Amino acid sequence: MSKEKIQLSEALEDIMPSEYQEMVATATFGNEDRSWKDIGTSKELIEQHSLCAGCPESIAFRFILASIPAPEDSVFVGSTGCTSLVFPHVGVQNIHSLFGNQNAVASGLQRALKLRFPDVYKDVIVLAGDGATVDIGLDMTMQSWFRQEKFTTICFDNELYANTGGQESGLMQKGFVAKMAPTGKKFEKVRLPEIAFESGCHYVACLTVSKPNRVEQVIRNAIYVAREFGPTYVQLYTPCILEIGKQSMEGLDEMKDAESIGGRFVMKEFMTDEVKEFLKEKNAEQKARKKAAKAAAVTA
Amino acid sequence: MNKKVEPQDRKILLSETVELGEKTEKGQVVTDPNVLFNEMEREASFLTGSEVIRAAIKRANLDMSVAYPITPQSEAAALIGELYAEGYVREYFRGENEFAVMGECAGAAFGGARVFTTTAGPGTLRAMENFPMWAGSRLPIQVCVTCRGINSPLSIQPDTMEMYYLLETGMLVWHAETAQDLYDWILGGFLVSEQPDVHLPLALCCDGFFVTHTKDTVMLQSDEYCIPRYDPYRSPVPCMDMECPPIRMMRDPFIMKSNYISYATHASWQQEIHAAVERSRKHTLPIMNGSLIETENLDRDILIVASGTAVSQGREAIRLLEEEEGIKVGLVKIKSIRPFPTEEVREATANAKTIFIPEFNIKGWLAREVKSILPNNDRVIAGPHVAGGMTLPSEVIVDEIKKTLGIGGTSMKARS
Repeated sequence: MSKEKIQLSEALEDIMPSEYQEMVATATFGNEDRSWKDIGTSKELIEQHSLCAGCPESIAFRFILASIPAPEDSVFVGSTGCTSLVFPHVGVQNIHSLFGNQNAVASGLQRALKLRFPDVYKDVIVLAGDGATVDIGLDMTMQSWFRQEKFTTICFDNELYANTGGQESGLMQKGFVAKMAPTGKKFEKVRLPEIAFESGCHYVACLTVSKPNRVEQVIRNAIYVAREFGPTYVQLYTPCILEIGKQSMEGLDEMKDAESIGGRFVMKEFMTDEVKEFLKEKNAEQKARKKAAKAAAVTA
Repeated sequence: MNKKVEPQDRKILLSETVELGEKTEKGQVVTDPNVLFNEMEREASFLTGSEVIRAAIKRANLDMSVAYPITPQSEAAALIGELYAEGYVREYFRGENEFAVMGECAGAAFGGARVFTTTAGPGTLRAMENFPMWAGSRLPIQVCVTCRGINSPLSIQPDTMEMYYLLETGMLVWHAETAQDLYDWILGGFLVSEQPDVHLPLALCCDGFFVTHTKDTVMLQSDEYCIPRYDPYRSPVPCMDMECPPIRMMRDPFIMKSNYISYATHASWQQEIHAAVERSRKHTLPIMNGSLIETENLDRDILIVASGTAVSQGREAIRLLEEEEGIKVGLVKIKSIRPFPTEEVREATANAKTIFIPEFNIKGWLAREVKSILPNNDRVIAGPHVAGGMTLPSEVIVDEIKKTLGIGGTSMKARS
């Protein structure tokens, strides 16, 4: 757990770009207590993004990057869509191969890394949009859960195909008028969190990204549980402000509305009893460690 | 491009980190493939093609295989499962469909594993989107394609049309004639695919049923030996295991911004893939006895040029023509379709007056390939063809040759 892998060779130090030098200086790699509060001061937490101004996905991306427990041993698997535009700015490895095969790629990758590094947690994290996760890739999404593949699947749910210009998707609300749904979508939003739990996910969470603490906790939970138990699923509402006719400043309000009582993104979590117990212990450990660190800092 | 490479002193190059003589988890001795292939004693076994695939994989120091049932490769895929159960293959599972299976193979290869899978016919086409992705991502996965019909109405019978679709994916494409080819090329194929200046997937094709389901004599080395393990740090692109710095790491040149640079990047990346296919020639020579083609009696006016089991049928036709009619015909066997042995075929056919290309598919893609590279290509007779699972009796080839020469024939086709 360190910055060992990103260190500069002394011989090359003067010719490496300043961006890289800055990343080595500010990266949170190896810091067990890294969190969303490091955003803005640490280079690898997406200093600049290439999404639309005010896109909630950009902040979701940063929260996730800041929350993963071991970035120095994490590999992302993405898919085609808005998310794939951000990965060039991300300080961890990412595989983008095809549209919809992300959970298949992650299955092979996780097994290969387990073979090659039996004593290290190499966290494989799928991060894809709702078109990739629920429509074109649903077979592979669910089959990886049936097979109990040990990795986390994160879905950025913006309720449509954003990157191609706002077409109907399976996670779109019923009745919404969109491209390819010219008279409104005819069927209900797919209940993937419930399906995920029934399909064998050990931990499932569905929420917006309006509250960084919550997102951080959920992501950490999902990754810790994936290491020990099996597949986990996190669905994050990241509205496409462009396609639902909102201004750049209105993304947060849209998420707050969607998660208020009666909204379709009131936070929900599903987990097995043993996972509940495991997370309780894990969180207690974390709290105790943070408390001890604080006390040590005060006495120092 | 398409330059012939001379075979002198070509050897299989190995990773410097490989520990020869070490033992695997199963106690197999990791052996220099130059020794294993050329010097080690072999014994004759009488096996089906599927069993031959198992025999090769047993000696391949394989990390992972993903299986999915489709005739005629199901038996081979299941036999690899047996090797996994016995501990010779480190990871194995059944995927959900061929598109997903090839994604699972990609994931494992991205993570630094040596990966093998098998597919056939409709499975190959279902998986198709993955193949250019494999090549573009420089994943040295080996897929054994046991060719069968892809048309509707459904046919499970032999037909090589699917190979035509594979030709420009950026993969290496080889066409095995016999069980022995299949055995030698599976093992050798990994070593060619994994060379740093190649590092591309290999579609090792064979004709379904004719090779997979018939028994043949194959010379095997002892299974106490295996080839060295894949070294993922000998790759021209970073292994996605987070063991190297997390800079701009996407292994596809996925640059979406519309500017001149992005087009140039994509174009040059594609050029590089196809250049890497060409660079595989020199590494392939030690695997294929010094040449991408094999020839017999090139001094004759008539030649049969073929690949796969059409070569065997051509050989038999040559025997019949000589014994029964006194007509002398030479033979060119094409072993590698990508890279294509352009110079070799030109040289081999330089003196031929008529060239016949028998094939197991309706359109004759090999004839198109050959016609496209030869001067005076009206010498090329694209046929005979069979399709949809028909056999290609040597008599049909005999008739085609006699008809063309104006001698007349005995078959329905010749009478018409």
